[in-house]
Amino acid sequence: MTETKGAVVGVNGNMVSVQVDGTVSMNEVAYIRSGGKRLKSEIIRIQGNVVETQVFEITKGIKISDPVEFSGDMLAVELGPGLLGKIYDGLQNPLPEVAEKTGYFLEAGVYLEPLPRTVKWAWTPSVKAGDSVERADTLGTVPEAAFTHKVMAPFWLHGNYKVKSVRPAGEYAVNDEIAVLEDENGRQLPLSMKFSWPVKRAIDCYAERLKPEEPMVTKNRIIDTFFPVSKGGTYCIPGPFGAGKTVLQQVTSRNADVDIVIIAACGERAGEVVETLKEFPELVDPKTGRSLMERTIIVCNTSSMPVASREASVYTAVTMAEYYRQMGLDVLLLADSTSRWAQAMREMSGRLEEIPGEEAFPAYLESVIAGFYERAGIVRLKNGQRGSVTIGGTVSPAGGNFEEPVTQATLKVVGAFHGLSRERSDARKYPAIHPLESWSKYKGLLDSSSVEWAHNYLARGAEVGQMMKVVGEEGTSIDDFMVYLKGEFLDAVYLQQNSFDNVDAAVSPERQRFMFQRCVKVLGSSLDFKDKEAARNWFSQLRQRFLDINGIEWDSAAFKAADKEVLAFIDDKVRDLDKKAAAIIESLE
Amino acid sequence: MKKIYSRIESIKGNVISVKAEGVAYGELAEVKTRFGASLAEVNRLDGNNVAMQVFAGSRGISTGDEVRFLGNPMRISFSEALKGRIFTGSGEPRDKGPALKDNLIPIAGPSVNPTKRIIPKEMVRTGIPMIDLFNTLVKSQKLPIFSISGEPYNELLARIAMQAEVDLIILGGMGLKYDDYLFFKDTLEEGGALQKTVMFVHTAADPVVECLMVPDISLAVAERFALNGQNVLVLLTDMTNFADAMKEIAITQEQVPSNRGYPGDLYSQLASRYEKAVDFSDSGSITILAVTTMPGDDVTHPVPDNTGYITEGQFYLKGGRIEPFGSLSRLKQQVNGKTRADHRAIMDGMIKLFAAYRDTLEKKSMGFQMSPWDLKLLKYGDLFEREMMDLSVNIPLEGALDKGWEILAACFEPQETGLQTKLIEQFWPKKA
Repeated sequence: MTETKGAVVGVNGNMVSVQVDGTVSMNEVAYIRSGGKRLKSEIIRIQGNVVETQVFEITKGIKISDPVEFSGDMLAVELGPGLLGKIYDGLQNPLPEVAEKTGYFLEAGVYLEPLPRTVKWAWTPSVKAGDSVERADTLGTVPEAAFTHKVMAPFWLHGNYKVKSVRPAGEYAVNDEIAVLEDENGRQLPLSMKFSWPVKRAIDCYAERLKPEEPMVTKNRIIDTFFPVSKGGTYCIPGPFGAGKTVLQQVTSRNADVDIVIIAACGERAGEVVETLKEFPELVDPKTGRSLMERTIIVCNTSSMPVASREASVYTAVTMAEYYRQMGLDVLLLADSTSRWAQAMREMSGRLEEIPGEEAFPAYLESVIAGFYERAGIVRLKNGQRGSVTIGGTVSPAGGNFEEPVTQATLKVVGAFHGLSRERSDARKYPAIHPLESWSKYKGLLDSSSVEWAHNYLARGAEVGQMMKVVGEEGTSIDDFMVYLKGEFLDAVYLQQNSFDNVDAAVSPERQRFMFQRCVKVLGSSLDFKDKEAARNWFSQLRQRFLDINGIEWDSAAFKAADKEVLAFIDDKVRDLDKKAAAIIESLE
Repeated sequence: MKKIYSRIESIKGNVISVKAEGVAYGELAEVKTRFGASLAEVNRLDGNNVAMQVFAGSRGISTGDEVRFLGNPMRISFSEALKGRIFTGSGEPRDKGPALKDNLIPIAGPSVNPTKRIIPKEMVRTGIPMIDLFNTLVKSQKLPIFSISGEPYNELLARIAMQAEVDLIILGGMGLKYDDYLFFKDTLEEGGALQKTVMFVHTAADPVVECLMVPDISLAVAERFALNGQNVLVLLTDMTNFADAMKEIAITQEQVPSNRGYPGDLYSQLASRYEKAVDFSDSGSITILAVTTMPGDDVTHPVPDNTGYITEGQFYLKGGRIEPFGSLSRLKQQVNGKTRADHRAIMDGMIKLFAAYRDTLEKKSMGFQMSPWDLKLLKYGDLFEREMMDLSVNIPLEGALDKGWEILAACFEPQETGLQTKLIEQFWPKKA
């Protein structure tokens, strides 16, 4: 706590004005002492000797002239071994531990230690006395879940230091001293395995940022093939309510090919978090053979929890993501939903009586959203390793209208757009990513010209479909009708995926290549039918066969047999294969 | 002894302010006017300037009226004696019964720790096939009833109140027409359900600030009963009135409006109420059904739109029936696999056929010729609407499933229904 003293002079919703008698800094954490509780808050405006703070708790009961203390530090998270598998609120309060203390309800003013103090970690030093180190250099390692957790010199440690002493290998708790550093002036600095870092500052201890090029496989066909996301990239999923944003996020959090997944449940239903909380410990991560929970951190500030900590929660999450990136790991951050985060900013902005921008969102909405997504990225660390943070954010646009400010501000800064449509979700076409509206700037599993070629069938098929609504099936030429059927076919068997089917829920890249090749064969063939009815029948049979295959274990005998049958079924009708299709098929062999 | 302030500085809308010290945010005050005393709640502190919303409204308040701060936030008496009683939005008796003053509990308490929640797993039986069979209501679910003015949403709520298998019903009325209030009272009385009901009713004639209290009071009481092991169903009607009351106060206090005049925190405000729905793992539960009228049948209006993002599905009430399309219970999958083997199949199968019936209706209205299949569908649709969708139908789930098979058998051959052969063998009604 600093020397500065303050007293409450105004309360308006979750904003409290405080008169201060000394130095304070922007975004400093202050504690309001009211009714026997210490309520955490953050300074968001300073004007003369009055500061405005946003309180991370319910403000009921705060009185004028209640005393206020200032911490001297910005809102920060604790970084160190033990974060994995944890469930935090937006301020990094461990919720299961809070529940042990306060029962069913979240009482105001209860702040517990984010990292358990009693757990011992098996420490192996990587430096010795006399070595010189700077910030983010590895001092030693401890095993954490399936990873080697690097215990690093704190990121705030600017300048050169010498290792004065280091503890030998052994079991230590996060609070125990593990090394002592000495700066150029001979001042000694004892270190433990944990340190704090302010959430609103990006961690920048890397050599350089690289271009995101390697695909992050989600095992979702429409994403990996058509609208891919790269490791270190950003993407957004806007969609009206009920279009399946959260299910898509949940599936991705299970299947994404990354080391660590951080889920920021920001202002959404508590029930959805509960599903993840209860299911993840039971599920096995195929990559490590351990429980999925051990590679996951959940930051959950659901809709009825205080709004100010909702604003903090996405920063808390991204800071932890950046921390693990420093260890050369690939981290995926899923934020659901960034609209609720933006709304939290809007609420505060309104209370500050700032001049409102569009739909009363603050004028700085765009720069804040951009600043958040820019914290993603793939980096080369000083030791040459690579690490990445990929950010995927859902957006819940008011009325499902993508023209609103949050969606628009997000679209400007992300590398891929997975727009969910009501039309597709109503028709039970899941995932409801709209194939004609979505886009991605990243490289996917497949060569982009092949994907383009296949996508063309979707676009033309949809055009013909529109036309048929006007002129009827009779007025459509058989050629157009074929394009329509092919588009529908690709949509049904490749874009749509059954996330409740054990096999179809997660499709490996090899399988995607293989099935894509099969689809290309159908799309690129001239097929011979006597009339439209025959064509429709043939395609519906073909669709059924593909859907059956989608449910069969990859590379199994049953799969091979079914594939052989379907090939024979296709070959029976194929007259001629398009040159481009032939080239694509060959490239995929 | 609390100090009495006798100089009101400003009166704007239903918000008054006095200069006072030592007042807490959210504290209650009593304002004595020549029309009697009213409660008021502090909703802004600025130095020694204390602004408060007056429950009875500001009409007729004089700058010389007395204001006395009570030293506590809004509270409500909680005991078994609440059952069968009717109160106003500020917790005063609306029936002829005595005022309740003991065991006061705070309202709008903290939210439940997400890690203490459990995955919902039990259905709430309502006896309404469109709910039980097609969009099952689940214990601890929060569901709005989207409808337009003039639809019988209050009749629907009353039916659910009478038929639902729960221990206790709490009815929160906001901006109710007086007739509707009497309708609820009479229906529950006649049906003998009044004894397991607590009503907090704000009628359209009452001061608007009281409307704001109704959800919080209802849910605070529900929470206590749930912690005492009771399964509580909270019925709220109409949440759009609640949102409009918030809008009114926000505008009066010169808050920056966001969408269509509603305050920027509309989502958080609605969510903090709906999220009170909970299933306490070793105790009772709260299930919430809330009417949300959609101005102009527009689902993108801020109130239904924000509600849709918060709740676990919605019932669309249209043309006096719960629409099978657009209605959704997001939690139904948690329970409908455990009821009867044919539940899911009948649910999907009948809806698919009903969709085909709607297509046929369209064709018919355009003057196309009806094929034999179309005629079957027309017969089916008619039966379905009459025997399943009609709100007066009151049969348990099993009865509704049997009825479903009967309707199918009356209209189709088994293989036309697209149902699994195994189920058909087991359930298809044998011709006598």
